[in-house]
Amino acid sequence: MTEDPDQPGADSDATSEGRSARGDSIGVDQWVAQSGDRHDHGAGWRRALTQADARVGWWPRLALVTIAGLIFAQISSNVNIQTVAFNGLLYALLAMGLNIAVGWSGLLDLGYIAFFGFGAYGYAIFSSTALGTAGVGGTHLPAIESILIVVAAAGVVGVVVGLIALRLSGDYFAIVTLFLGQAFVLAVNNVDAGTLGGVNGLFALDPLHSFGVKVITPLGYYYVALGVCVVVAAVLHLLDTSRTGRAWRALNDDPLAAEAMTMSVNKLKVMAFSFAGMVGALAGTLFAAQQDSVFPTNFTANILILIYACLVLGGVGSIAGAILGGLVVTVAENMLSSPTDAAYLFYGLIIIALIAKVRPWRSLGYVIAGVIAFGYATHAIVGAIAPVATAGNPGSPGWIGSVMNGFVIVPKNPQNFGNALYLALIVGLVAIVRLRGIKQLIAVIITIYVAACCWESRLIVNPAITTQIMLGAILIVTMAARPYGLLGKHRVETI
Amino acid sequence: MALLEIDKLSLSFGGLRAISELDLTVSDNEIVSIIGPNGAGKSSVFNVISGVYLPTDGDVRLDGQSIVGYKPHTIACKGIARTFQSLRLFQNLSVKENVKAATYGNTKASPVESILRLPRARREEREVDALAGEVLSFFGERLAGYRWDQPAYALSYANRRRLEIARALATRPRLLMLDEPAAGMNPNETHEIAELIGRLRDELSLAILVIEHDMHVVEGISDRVVALDHGVKITEGSFDAVATHPAVVEAYMGRDPEALAEA
Repeated sequence: MTEDPDQPGADSDATSEGRSARGDSIGVDQWVAQSGDRHDHGAGWRRALTQADARVGWWPRLALVTIAGLIFAQISSNVNIQTVAFNGLLYALLAMGLNIAVGWSGLLDLGYIAFFGFGAYGYAIFSSTALGTAGVGGTHLPAIESILIVVAAAGVVGVVVGLIALRLSGDYFAIVTLFLGQAFVLAVNNVDAGTLGGVNGLFALDPLHSFGVKVITPLGYYYVALGVCVVVAAVLHLLDTSRTGRAWRALNDDPLAAEAMTMSVNKLKVMAFSFAGMVGALAGTLFAAQQDSVFPTNFTANILILIYACLVLGGVGSIAGAILGGLVVTVAENMLSSPTDAAYLFYGLIIIALIAKVRPWRSLGYVIAGVIAFGYATHAIVGAIAPVATAGNPGSPGWIGSVMNGFVIVPKNPQNFGNALYLALIVGLVAIVRLRGIKQLIAVIITIYVAACCWESRLIVNPAITTQIMLGAILIVTMAARPYGLLGKHRVETI
Repeated sequence: MALLEIDKLSLSFGGLRAISELDLTVSDNEIVSIIGPNGAGKSSVFNVISGVYLPTDGDVRLDGQSIVGYKPHTIACKGIARTFQSLRLFQNLSVKENVKAATYGNTKASPVESILRLPRARREEREVDALAGEVLSFFGERLAGYRWDQPAYALSYANRRRLEIARALATRPRLLMLDEPAAGMNPNETHEIAELIGRLRDELSLAILVIEHDMHVVEGISDRVVALDHGVKITEGSFDAVATHPAVVEAYMGRDPEALAEA
């Protein structure tokens, strides 16, 4: 976007009003306003598709997504995949809740994870032997009741904490909520182990059960999560388009003006904080029931970052974006934990990025040919000079590994070499961004080769680290291509 | 009794006196302009009336009742609306949403009612929709049609100024305070704004308090003009009387060096 909507005189009578009155041509204002759309959606069939897309209402979309979710349940027979799908929906739910505070009201809520934990522990207390004596007795409410109690309690906690925390604004609010979030983890870590489990957590929780129905299978939990997600999405959409949602978004843009325009900003902020907490707690109850146990480590800052990643990737402020972000991040994270899938993802992303970004097609040909030639040449030269430098085997299993053998350099002891390559990879990426023309193409060729070597010698070997790095890389690449998230609205800050 | 009565109002920031013992009244159906050089305390007066600043001393009464100490949103609900000198629209909301958002304090539906679209929420939404259309129609073609669904950031500068006024009107005010409504506008648009301010008074029976630097606008619209300098009211009266008042001339132009030498 280089157009400047602020151009003074963009609305002079002669141009804008005169032309738009005649019908066909559009005014300067309108042209400026649409330039963002043109930029995003292009022309021709893509434009037609976008326009058709704009005509579909919100509930047919939600219905379509629901049907897709049900079809998935019908055709999936793999228990692991069903569990991943449940987790995806769980993160979608968490991201939707966070979106109320962060996306709509502009509250950087870093204590959100505590509400997730509050929900999980709340469910555990009402549905286990934790409150009994020596493992017997305890409280065993029907799931519906315990979920309602926990969510309502989370709302109250949200109001109380909100009233305290919202005396501060901006970064200060973020720090205070971060502190409260961490305080929760510390607290559950150090409570009396006899009742609330302490470090050992609570286990043997009741499964979800109400009205004589017991949910035990992963598929059952998937159905429950799907239903909850659909209902929450619908509720949040209806809220977003009501006076409350409008006021939230208004105070996000300008709290002072919102206050002057009859909006009680403090009340609205507390409400947003509390609503976000309630959705977080709801997600927590599902999580606890499905996992059958809760541990303090389930609610660390890592999980919080992951939820933020879902929201940012999907597009801050968008319900659909939060859902998509939750699913994408969970699936990506899961794929990265299996070496074969991770390799597919890694090389697949490189190829997709090349196809999407390298133009004209001729250049794409040069790059691919260049990488292959450069790779085999380097391997041959290095192998001839120092055989030990190519003595290792590529880390990828299966056919990818055999293809890569003889292409990438993997020394006998790849640890340090891999680390060095990782630094080289970063330098290469910076070079790609900074350089232009033929130099850039050369940088792309070298960097892809370095990336492949680094992947085979270091990254794939250590999946726990790779997952985080790859997830970060996916986020960075996506955000570079779509700064406002996958489904986010184009947001601007102007005077 | 005047609609707005300001009584011996003072405002200090530490040692700096922004306003000193200011008396000011605005009656129904009256347009009062505040003029004065930069830093005279004009915007501070607005900020005190709208509740952004708490006065150090003195009283502000609307309809005889003191509004000092109320939160800005409560004062806005009581019927005092304002615009901002530096535009403060809700940039990412559409034109219509900007206007509708300003009805928040005058609507009652709870979140639950809104989610379930219960009768009260539906009725309020209909009313708010109609009000938004009505308020925007004051600006004729300027804020009509396709512009309703545009985000505020896509508007031209002049249209943003207009939208600020429309948004203030949506709070259903009795007193409208306009902070430099013609700033940055070309002569045509300035003329249009002056005309609009007159129409607002006539058609909506509003009391209007205006800060304006463009003396043509001030001359054209004001029933009464108040001149401020260094937070003190220098003089008050008809435009002609104020514009030729020696203290006002001095505030704007400084003292005549020859007269200074003689003194």
